[in-house]
Amino acid sequence: MSAIQVTHLTKQFATVKALDDISFSVGHGELFGFIGPDGAGKTTLFRILTTLLLPDEGKASVNGLDVVKDYRKIRQDIGYMPGKFSLYTDLSVEENLKFYATVFGTTIAENFDLIKDIYVQIEPFRKRKAGQLSGGMKQKLALSCALIHKPSVLILDEPTTGVDAVSRLEFWEMLKRLKDSGITIVVATPYMDEASLCDRVALIQNGKIMTISTPSEVIKTYPYVLYSVKSDDIYSLLRDLRQFPQVHSVFAFGQSAHVSFKEEHAAEDVLHKYLQEKGHSDVKIGPTQATIEDCFMELMNTKW
Amino acid sequence: MKRFLGFVVKEFYHIFRDYRTLLILFGIPAIQLLLFGYVITSEIRDARIAIFDQSKDEGTRKISEKVLSSGYFILDKNLSSTKEIEQVFRQGNVKLVLIFGPDFSKNLNKTGNAKVQIIGDASDPNTANILVNYIQGILSNYLFSLNAEKIPMQIVPEVRMMYNSEMKGVFMFVPGLMAMLLMLISALMTSLSITREKELGTMELLLVSPLKPVQIIIGKVFPYVFLAFLDACIIIILGNTVFGVPVVGSVALLLFESLLFICMALSLGILISTITSSQQIAMMLSLVALMLPTILLSGFIFPVENMPVVLQWFCHIMPPKYYITIIKSIMLQGNGFSYIAFETGILAGFTMLFIFLSVKKFKVRLG
Repeated sequence: MSAIQVTHLTKQFATVKALDDISFSVGHGELFGFIGPDGAGKTTLFRILTTLLLPDEGKASVNGLDVVKDYRKIRQDIGYMPGKFSLYTDLSVEENLKFYATVFGTTIAENFDLIKDIYVQIEPFRKRKAGQLSGGMKQKLALSCALIHKPSVLILDEPTTGVDAVSRLEFWEMLKRLKDSGITIVVATPYMDEASLCDRVALIQNGKIMTISTPSEVIKTYPYVLYSVKSDDIYSLLRDLRQFPQVHSVFAFGQSAHVSFKEEHAAEDVLHKYLQEKGHSDVKIGPTQATIEDCFMELMNTKW
Repeated sequence: MKRFLGFVVKEFYHIFRDYRTLLILFGIPAIQLLLFGYVITSEIRDARIAIFDQSKDEGTRKISEKVLSSGYFILDKNLSSTKEIEQVFRQGNVKLVLIFGPDFSKNLNKTGNAKVQIIGDASDPNTANILVNYIQGILSNYLFSLNAEKIPMQIVPEVRMMYNSEMKGVFMFVPGLMAMLLMLISALMTSLSITREKELGTMELLLVSPLKPVQIIIGKVFPYVFLAFLDACIIIILGNTVFGVPVVGSVALLLFESLLFICMALSLGILISTITSSQQIAMMLSLVALMLPTILLSGFIFPVENMPVVLQWFCHIMPPKYYITIIKSIMLQGNGFSYIAFETGILAGFTMLFIFLSVKKFKVRLG
């Protein structure tokens, strides 16, 4: 039995189809990521899984419990961290944690070993109001609160949005540790680079799942040879690359451009020459490994 | 039970950490009571009047003296022509003009018929009415003193105003104000505190928690029962010490009825919050949809009996009306429970209806 089983799930809001015939399953103890831009339908999906919304069509179950019928039981089993910071800003760190512990009929002491790693980092600020914490601290507190009742499934909606790079990394390390302790984790993120940290990912766009696989499998399916191109002026570089006849796709990737060609091996030299003619200096072209982001862009272009 | 208590503790943190909430809870009742008590009064003292005396004889002088020494009136001006009458009214200081016709005493003695005209400024009809009544009273008093020796027959009514012998306006306002303030605080504060959780997104987490809707609702409301009850006590004590409004009947009964009314208003607040999603709408609903009817249709200021029949029907579904009846009955008349059992029953009925609707309407999910 899977921890989460979803079949043909559909949810419509007025004119927007937030979820369009989605099916997937998440195994016990898996760290499963939903990767997709804002508005892809991640939050809607999570709200259905947490029994906060009713699906229009299709079925969803958590630990074998139906999200519509058995919503009371599910609520005991899951830990949920909404996308928006949803703790009481006028309560202190300690008070928030204590409140959620009491509400779930437990105490901080009882499950302290589970949140210990996370909580020690915010403990120095335990008397501080939650509203005055930094973004990273807030997320750690929210995670602690979601974990305090020892849920078997943890559902995290964009937990790292608005958090600095170092805190993001720390956060993912915590998730790994939680996964190792046997908790099933479903996490949504708009950051493609976080995808490789999941066991499996689902790329989601416009309410549809484009692909579900392990991050390395997703990358393997990338059909083109990818080149990273650099020059002194990224903006005109992108423009000029798009005009190059053999080019299939061009995307900005940090300070370089990721380029794929229609034919298997387009000559690097030809492109090099072309760019120099266009007045670019410092041109560097080299093959590169496709990332989840490249795959996402490719899928978006071809399928949807 | 532990979960519930944890929830209540959290609510108290919210309330005591927000000074605005505290200000609304305890500042407003005190200020309102003092304002209403001092500002709104149906007694009129020192009204400015003008006298146009065309006779200037013994009779008119005596009447004028009586009028001006009554304490109700101050002479603003003596007029010397009819033209001036309109002028003084237009200036706006003068509320009433008293005109004695020519040869007042002579006519009175000869024909038994002397002319006096009273002109009131009816742009404020209530005041004008009261002032005119005062003058008429003084005039008939004077006439009576003239006739005292001549006619042995007389009817002297002995008037006694029960329950408020000095006809103090405050006696009327304190009960009304209690109803209004308890309604405001209870309904407004609970509806705000629940919609605030919706707005901040914390309701999302509460819903996902194993808390039952009833636990969330009662937990939200519980602190306000306590605080609103404290308010009721403050109003009663202030009314008694500052304005001398008595509590003739049983204090315990009064407090019990107040508690019932508070529960009614709180459950109404919950109902409002279950059908609204933002604090603003909740505030609008509580203020506009509750406050105005409470003030206008509860018999607080305007007597229900004088309203058009349709409005009277509305009055009957206004819970504050029954509460005002109840507390007036206890505070001023000193009645026991048997006199107000009907009203109490209605309040209890409203409370149960609102709670039932709230629990039914409370969404266990979002949207």
